[in-house]
Amino acid sequence: MRSMTALATIALAAALSLAGPAMAQQKGEILIGTQCDRTGPTQIVGIRICPAFQDYVNLVNSKGGVEGFKIVAPEIDNEYKVPPAVEAYERQKQQGAVSMSLYGTPQVQALNQKLEEDKIPSTSPGFGISASADGKRFPYLFPVAATYWSQGAAAVKFIKDKIGGDLKGKKIAYVFYDNPAGREPVPILEDLQKTEGYELRTFAVPPPGVEMGAQVLDITQRYRPDFIIDHLFGRSPSVAIKEYKRAGFPLTKVIGLVWASAEADIDAAGGWQVAEGYHTMQFAGAGDDFPVRQDIKAMYKAQGKEPPKEMDDTVIYNRGLLVAAVHIEAVRNAIKANGGQKPTPEQVKQGFESLHDFNLGGLVPPLKITGEDHEGGGWVQVFQAKGGKFVKETDWFRAYPEVVSNAVKKAE
Amino acid sequence: MFHRESGVFKTSYAADMGLYPLPIARWAVAAFAGLFIVIAPLALSEYYVSILNLILIACVGALGLNILVGYTGQISIGHGAFMSVGAYTAANLVTQLHAPFWITIPAGGVMAALIGAVVGIPSLRIKGIYLAIATLAAQLIIEWTINHVPAISGGVQASIQVPRPTVFGTPLRTQTQLYLFLMAFVVLAIVGTSNLMRSRVGRAFIAIRDQDIAAEIIGINIFHYKLWAFAISSFYAGVTGVLYTYYLGIANYEQFQLTVSIDYLAMIIIGGLGSILGSILGAIFVTLLPILTRWFLEDFGWLFFSQADLLNAIPNLRLIMFGGLIIFFLVVEPEGLNRLWRNIRNYFRVWPFSY
Repeated sequence: MRSMTALATIALAAALSLAGPAMAQQKGEILIGTQCDRTGPTQIVGIRICPAFQDYVNLVNSKGGVEGFKIVAPEIDNEYKVPPAVEAYERQKQQGAVSMSLYGTPQVQALNQKLEEDKIPSTSPGFGISASADGKRFPYLFPVAATYWSQGAAAVKFIKDKIGGDLKGKKIAYVFYDNPAGREPVPILEDLQKTEGYELRTFAVPPPGVEMGAQVLDITQRYRPDFIIDHLFGRSPSVAIKEYKRAGFPLTKVIGLVWASAEADIDAAGGWQVAEGYHTMQFAGAGDDFPVRQDIKAMYKAQGKEPPKEMDDTVIYNRGLLVAAVHIEAVRNAIKANGGQKPTPEQVKQGFESLHDFNLGGLVPPLKITGEDHEGGGWVQVFQAKGGKFVKETDWFRAYPEVVSNAVKKAE
Repeated sequence: MFHRESGVFKTSYAADMGLYPLPIARWAVAAFAGLFIVIAPLALSEYYVSILNLILIACVGALGLNILVGYTGQISIGHGAFMSVGAYTAANLVTQLHAPFWITIPAGGVMAALIGAVVGIPSLRIKGIYLAIATLAAQLIIEWTINHVPAISGGVQASIQVPRPTVFGTPLRTQTQLYLFLMAFVVLAIVGTSNLMRSRVGRAFIAIRDQDIAAEIIGINIFHYKLWAFAISSFYAGVTGVLYTYYLGIANYEQFQLTVSIDYLAMIIIGGLGSILGSILGAIFVTLLPILTRWFLEDFGWLFFSQADLLNAIPNLRLIMFGGLIIFFLVVEPEGLNRLWRNIRNYFRVWPFSY
């Protein structure tokens, strides 16, 4: 018996060692490395944003690729852990990736130095390091979407307009997930407090933020703010919405930053009738009315398949489309600049830095990425939950760019 | 370890305690050292070396945890936090005083050892599952402190960028250079642990593990040695944290959360408690298995799934296979991979005449 198990173990080890990583790359293919989290703590985002990336790549390939090149985007799941992210990065680098779509704040921070050493451009939309908006200090990292600092500033601007143009003496509650990402907008809110004259109080929600009853009562009954800014992740946004509703606080006086603003959060809070009036901030357009989404549905129909259910969560899915589109446009710019030849990662970096004037039918903000500004302006839109869907409330806007750029400079 | 052992006739205590039971053992160890220090970095491409690097870092941490859990019989769920103590100590020394690695690595270790010894104080009164909870509290307290004290964490992001270590004026950039750098510390850790266990201190640890009351009666100062076990083990953890910081170029508290402590416990339980080879095998197993299962699924997954489902199937199946294989190996041999290796070796020693 003992010898049988020993032999079985050896056989199993042999079977596993037969497998090896696929490394070869075909001619005429351009490789964009992508990482994802479909199984870890942020899977609520990963299971939608990553299929969107693949769908967009397939759509581009089905239309003949980029300037004659086929795009390949192998995806590796990092489970929101750092060691698998390092392994995935090294593997995709070896395969010859010209750019990387990273996933997760600690992973981006851990890989940033490698990106600079290997000179591979990569994106960190809506997470990562706010200071990486500064292209001089973080030459190979592109936040692309509005950073937490820009989001905080935009929230204040939105509240100011909503409340009637003057914030003097008004009370704002900032409710945040108690981790570095959650705390990041605080300096911006404090800076703006000096010029706008509002009263600010911060409420830290300890992770995982699934029990907020007492805290919400403290906010709504004792502090009684004129407006609440929610900066929560994972399950906690839906818990907050539910508790505000229960405490009788009008959701029209709440704005959720970008990770507290998906259809999945509304569903988890108990549906649209519960969340009616809730404001959400977006860095990609929400909803179904974009030509690119219709193209993807047509692509699936042509293959005789139903469009994937991931498309129903338009907020997160559309963000995946935005990230993929930015990568592909950067590659397109690089190929053009290279006279139709296959670009190097360094040329794709230049491609990112010459991105402007493409908007994917309104899904992408009027980005203008330059060598200095890797954020592309810090544009957001605000949507409101109304009658079963998100209704656009403002057009693309950016707020207090001088305050945000001061913070970027000070971060040195 | 890796050789046949006939003709072992020890006649003195000194011979029994020798690191090499036979002359051939010396050659076997030398061959392994040559394979991993000279041949592996030359022969393997950068991608494979990067995987080896992750394993090397895990080896140091697993060896340290095994001193505490495997050899002394105490338990700690706070090793992730001790790593972060080392990491932030080193990161602050580097950014504020521009200290070189040969100062920051011992300094990170010593700081972690001090805090580890403080955390170890409850072990004098409580044991087993109670001690686990006490160390869990330490993990949470240290995590919270780093997260909320900007003087330690360097700002709201709680992450400090650290330049690469410099050896003889050259910054170590490539994976191969880092491999040799890390390998030096793994060798130190292995030599240090094996010698520690042959010493008076190591024997005291084992006596405490086997029966602490008996150990006290024969004159071992339990207070003294339990704290030493915590301190030495945390020293290893602190060094692991510093190595990890240098390897990634950043100290970030999210890299040292509770799941990391659990991962390291998994390594030594799968590898084998109270054995050096077991710690190394466990570190290899836990780091490499997810990667191997991914390769396996990428190569053979198309047999079962369509291309579109494959991307979603791989990460989920990988978790299932990872969990399944851990259970498989533990059922086959509850005492871990070290024991499994010895069983296989004993089987082939007499093969094909096993009866």
